[in-house]
Amino acid sequence: METLILSRIQFGANISFHILFPTITIALGWMLLFFKLRFNWTGDERWMEVYRFFVKVFALTFALGVVSGITMSFQFGTNWPGFMERVGNIAGPLLAYEILTAFFLEAVFLGIMLFGFRRVPGWLHTLSTFLVAFGTTMSAFWILVLNSWMHTPAGFEMIDGVAHATDWMAIIFNPSMPYRLVHMLIASGLTVSFLIAGLSAFRILVGDAKSSTRLSLKTGVIVAAILMPFQILAGDLHGLNTLEHQPAKVAAMEGNWETDTRVPLLLFGLPDEEARENRYAFGIPGGASLILKHDLDGEIPGLNDFVAEDGTVLHPPVAPVFWSFRVMVGVGMAMLAVSWGVAFLMRRQGTRDLNPWVLRSLVAMTFSGWVATLAGWYTTEIGRQPWLVQGVLSTADAVADVPAPMVLSTLLVYLAVYVGLTAAYVSVLFYLARKSAQATTERAPELKVGRTVGQLSPAE
Amino acid sequence: MAFTFDDPALWLPVVFAGLMGLSILVYVVLDGFDLGIGILAPLGTDAERDRMVASIGPFWDANETWLVMAIGLLLVAFPTAHGAILTALYLPVALMLVGLILRGVAFEFRVKAPAPNQPLWNTAFFAGSLLTSLSQGFMLGLYIMGLEWTSATVAFATLTAVCTAAGYGFIGACWLVIKTEGDLQRKAVRWCKLALGGVLAGFVAISMATPMVSARVFDKWFSVPEVILLAPLPIAALLITIGVAWTLRRLPHATDRYRHVPFVGGAGLFGLAFLGLAYSFYPYVVPEQLTIYEAASAPESLMIILVGVLVVMPMIAGYTVLSYVIFRGKARELTYD
Ligand code: HDD
Ligand code: HEM
Ligand code: HEM
Repeated sequence: METLILSRIQFGANISFHILFPTITIALGWMLLFFKLRFNWTGDERWMEVYRFFVKVFALTFALGVVSGITMSFQFGTNWPGFMERVGNIAGPLLAYEILTAFFLEAVFLGIMLFGFRRVPGWLHTLSTFLVAFGTTMSAFWILVLNSWMHTPAGFEMIDGVAHATDWMAIIFNPSMPYRLVHMLIASGLTVSFLIAGLSAFRILVGDAKSSTRLSLKTGVIVAAILMPFQILAGDLHGLNTLEHQPAKVAAMEGNWETDTRVPLLLFGLPDEEARENRYAFGIPGGASLILKHDLDGEIPGLNDFVAEDGTVLHPPVAPVFWSFRVMVGVGMAMLAVSWGVAFLMRRQGTRDLNPWVLRSLVAMTFSGWVATLAGWYTTEIGRQPWLVQGVLSTADAVADVPAPMVLSTLLVYLAVYVGLTAAYVSVLFYLARKSAQATTERAPELKVGRTVGQLSPAE
Repeated sequence: MAFTFDDPALWLPVVFAGLMGLSILVYVVLDGFDLGIGILAPLGTDAERDRMVASIGPFWDANETWLVMAIGLLLVAFPTAHGAILTALYLPVALMLVGLILRGVAFEFRVKAPAPNQPLWNTAFFAGSLLTSLSQGFMLGLYIMGLEWTSATVAFATLTAVCTAAGYGFIGACWLVIKTEGDLQRKAVRWCKLALGGVLAGFVAISMATPMVSARVFDKWFSVPEVILLAPLPIAALLITIGVAWTLRRLPHATDRYRHVPFVGGAGLFGLAFLGLAYSFYPYVVPEQLTIYEAASAPESLMIILVGVLVVMPMIAGYTVLSYVIFRGKARELTYD
């Protein structure tokens, strides 16, 4: 049991650390391509300046994504041998296709994209940028196929306790895959647009007067403002799909104990699994029914339906799911308010002379995407417990029988490394922003006379 | 065993064992030189170190992907073996991962972090590369010893750990001989000569130990027709070693000729060692416990992967070559623009 809980924490820590970086690289790759294409088409050097700053951010993020991903690929063997033994026939080919179609592509063309600007023709450089972005998206596609299959398995049969594929199309396009893929890709877009807006706002605050910085600020805010409504729509449809396939998860998200109509949308509450009720709950009457059934009288499943005769609890732990869901939606609402508010201000008065408090609010939101993304994944994953593969394999059956102290000691090492690296990552991003802001202010007078284009700057 | 293509359950495991072996070999040579350069990094001056890192900057990520490929193939093709091997090697795997993390992020941080912190990241680059190499060598040793943890096996694994680090240092120095010039190239030749000794020690140790551990392996090498049929392996290794040592005495050449010889020879040595090990262990994937046939996934699933491999591998090979062609020649400063 102890090994089980430690292995779960270890896996959770590893994947949480990993996902921070793909969330950024997936959409930032496409943003870089956008900057590059805008430069190709308009010849406006400011796009290239934006590109040059964010390509540094991309390179750093990518390196962290790669090394933490390598850790992930060993986690299955070291902590969850049961996973591959039981569902390896499904998971194997999906992981193999991810490696074949995504990892090599992004890794090789990353080298050309980063260091090849002067060595290859312009079109090949643009193509490399595209292939890197495409590779990260392919990687997200395959891994989300696998993850979605774990939530809504389809297209297989069990023979002697081992899953065998019967229909690959049904496996790949399993019921939750389209929703999860769309929701995650938009999440990535939102994370990156707030990162771009936040770092640009920070640069302006520390005195960067260049118009390319205002351009990236504007790009970030507008992309966020466009994406956010779509994310709400995608999330809503995702929830409806989950209600169909994993009702216990939705019951936990809503903190709803008894199957009922006119179930309120709880804004606050402390789910208590001992007493099987919520304390200090308040909410909008009928809200949950309205959202999930689009009808005030819609019937919402309750958690008490998922308790066996003998008292065994078959639903996920309630409080973590309930709260992570609220954190995600709450951050989403803040994103909506900030992006629309700032976009509105920029429309009225332009990007120059924005109130410092407006800029500070954007800086505060720089990593909001991380918070929402992690909260979203916790909702999804903890909401699947006690299953590892819904209805097929329980988490307890998949765990390795490694001695608990060994899991604990490696867990502590990983945690120390992760805390250190996350701190280093965030501080280096702000350091790069400050440095580029200062470089531009110092160079500002010289800008009037000459161009700064095409100067060689080391790959920092 | 009668070999027919009618029954995929018979030949698919062999094909996948071969693919996995190939990926491991490619990984060991390619990331071997990256890791080796990491180990050698403290020996250069600041400027030399930048040049050394520049010589691998565009490649290391793709090189490391071969490890993901190898472990992925083990995972997807031999799931039971994957679990057995990785749980037995739990600690060295964790150490290797920490090493890979440090080494990988240091590439970026050592140039992007504020100047006062850069020495720290240079240390992380070295320490990560060394830790990775040592853990990989340790795992090799334990694997040869049948994944048993006793004081004797740990002692042997420690020896292979050191030899693997020396081997990576060797192939890293060979890479530098190709990619650098002047003082640094002269230094690289010297490092090559020093590390070659460690490589040889490792070879001898492994060749002596493997047959000792298992009577089955002993018979495979030392019964009568085999011992003659297999003689070309050690003989070729000996000839390559002599050739490399002889060339090293004449490097760096005034016109920079023969600069590729040590690297090619080194890769050849790695290949031969690998062939020998593969021969010893076949058909086992977990030594003396689990054969590739027992551990293999369902043939339908393997078939799907094989199709993907056959289609995509040539493409991967193609664009990998493209990148080596683009970044051919002596290493230059890495710039983003
Ligand atoms: C939605 C996106 C997503 C998710 C959920 C995951 N990954 Fe990931 N992964 C990526 C998106 C990604 C990426 C964007 O493609 C990365 C990040 C940076 C990079 O190099 O590629 C990556 C890198 C990456 C690498 C390094 C590839 C290389 O060497 O280039 C490995 C081995 C993995 N991942 C493995 C995993 C495993 C085993 C996961 C699940 C358990 C996982 N990833 C979850
Ligand atoms: C990328 C974002 C992801 C995050 C942040 C995440 C987070 C988590 C967390 C927090 C748990 C622990 C749940 C619990 O034990 O209560 C978990 C479980 C698990 N997840 Fe995910 N997950 C992600 C994606 C994936 C993907 C893509 C896969 C597989 C392909 C996956 C496979 C698993 C497995 C095998 C477990 C079982 C171990 C466990 O229960 O702890 N996860 N995940
Ligand atoms: C505000 C409106 C939002 C709604 C209604 C919503 C809804 C949902 C739901 C229902 C799930 C659980 C899916 C499941 O059952 O497995 C989920 C998961 C998730 N959410 Fe949201 N979400 C919203 C905003 C956001 C935002 C702003 C982000 C990030 C920027 C985000 C990122 C995620 C992620 C990464 C997951 C896990 C992956 C997945 O299952 O798609 N969500 N969301």
